[in-house]
Amino acid sequence: MNDSVYDGLLGGDSSQWAFGTDFEDPLAGVDTSVPAGIDAAELAAYCLMLGDDTLVLSQRLSEWCSRAPELEEDIALANMALDLLGQARLLLARAAAADPACVPSLPAGSPVPDEDALAFFRDAGQFRNVRMAEVPNGDFAHVVVRLLLFSNARLAILSRLRDSADAVLAAVAAKGVKELTYHRDWAGRWFVTCAQGTEESRRRLIDALGMLWPLYDELFAAHPVERSLAAAGAGVDPETVRAEADVVLDQVFAVADVPRPPLVGVRGRTGRDGLHTEALSLMLAEMQVVARAHPSGRW
Amino acid sequence: MVSVRERAAAVAAEVRDPEMPMLTLADLGVLRDVQVDGDTVVASITPTYSGCPAMATMRDDLVHRLTDAGFARVEVRVVLSPAWSSDWITEHGRAALRAAGLSPPGPAPRSSGPVPLTLGPARRALTCPLCGSSRTEPVSEFGATACKALYRCADCLEPFDHVKEI
Repeated sequence: MNDSVYDGLLGGDSSQWAFGTDFEDPLAGVDTSVPAGIDAAELAAYCLMLGDDTLVLSQRLSEWCSRAPELEEDIALANMALDLLGQARLLLARAAAADPACVPSLPAGSPVPDEDALAFFRDAGQFRNVRMAEVPNGDFAHVVVRLLLFSNARLAILSRLRDSADAVLAAVAAKGVKELTYHRDWAGRWFVTCAQGTEESRRRLIDALGMLWPLYDELFAAHPVERSLAAAGAGVDPETVRAEADVVLDQVFAVADVPRPPLVGVRGRTGRDGLHTEALSLMLAEMQVVARAHPSGRW
Repeated sequence: MVSVRERAAAVAAEVRDPEMPMLTLADLGVLRDVQVDGDTVVASITPTYSGCPAMATMRDDLVHRLTDAGFARVEVRVVLSPAWSSDWITEHGRAALRAAGLSPPGPAPRSSGPVPLTLGPARRALTCPLCGSSRTEPVSEFGATACKALYRCADCLEPFDHVKEI
């Protein structure tokens, strides 16, 4: 007889327990020193911009879970959400390592890791994501268009960021390119399928494009931090990849026989400055409520 | 005479992937290095995908297997560069995948510079791991885990997982 019902369950093999549920440092053992000639605070701000984009879009994609029209597409959206969340985790951890001052302070002894403190303990005005990532979900055509526009722009940025002077950013980009390639292909195929499907699917696709297109320009509007990091060889100025991204988008539009909408520009402050739609606050309220209720919680 | 490092490396190499347990971490190519520094074993692993939820389990499994094998201190480090490629799955691992009814990956695309768009269905010449037929069709490029696509066989009609090329 065992004293506890759990004793003896494992036959002495401790590796059979699900130990992998606790926190770990996603950059354990990685050299996170800031390269010479790069401002640490700017590098952190840049990592937050890229990381917030993928964190917020990941949360929106997660909201699709169990709601997609087919099981396969539900799984596809969850997979893409997971890829983006993984990228966000590395980018937020890199931001915290570059400039610890950007991490919200929590009660002494809190076990919450830095990347989680950044994700769960900042308010909407401190998020630096583009607004394309945050607007509420619509129908299936909406998520197809959003993923096509976002992943196409992000792929152009990441493919250049692979040469970043910051080794961590370069590594995140190298892996991200492989992942985003699958995301963009998925979105491109569904864009064409919806456009060439039924009258109803085409109408919905063109409606979704009309809704999201005003946010497209912001994907390429350079913030001073992005320009500065690009000049230092660690970042990518999104304006410089616009033509390359447009070529790919035009390929999809041509195959889908969908006219490219006229350019609508962004004026004034953007998501990169912390200016967001009301939707971000509401989304964050749901995303952050449990973590904020238990700032010293262990999971 | 087997060195301490070789013994530690052999123990670490036998730890299994939590999501594809027919593969060891060495077969999968995620175990990048094992060194011994004083009384500490330092094992380096790399994620397959950025959001791979198995990383923490791999780390803990390494710690427990090495500890059970008598190594007092174990440290697991993350290596991000170079990024994991499905090309790193060993021949032994590919055979294990096939034996378990999974289709192993073909050669990974090499890309530098702009990434080409693929609007047609993914074109892979796959063999059904269950009946050997070459009449297979993709169901979805996203499967049960981040690293797999879902296919079906047009002859035996069974679905099967294909480990994606990245």
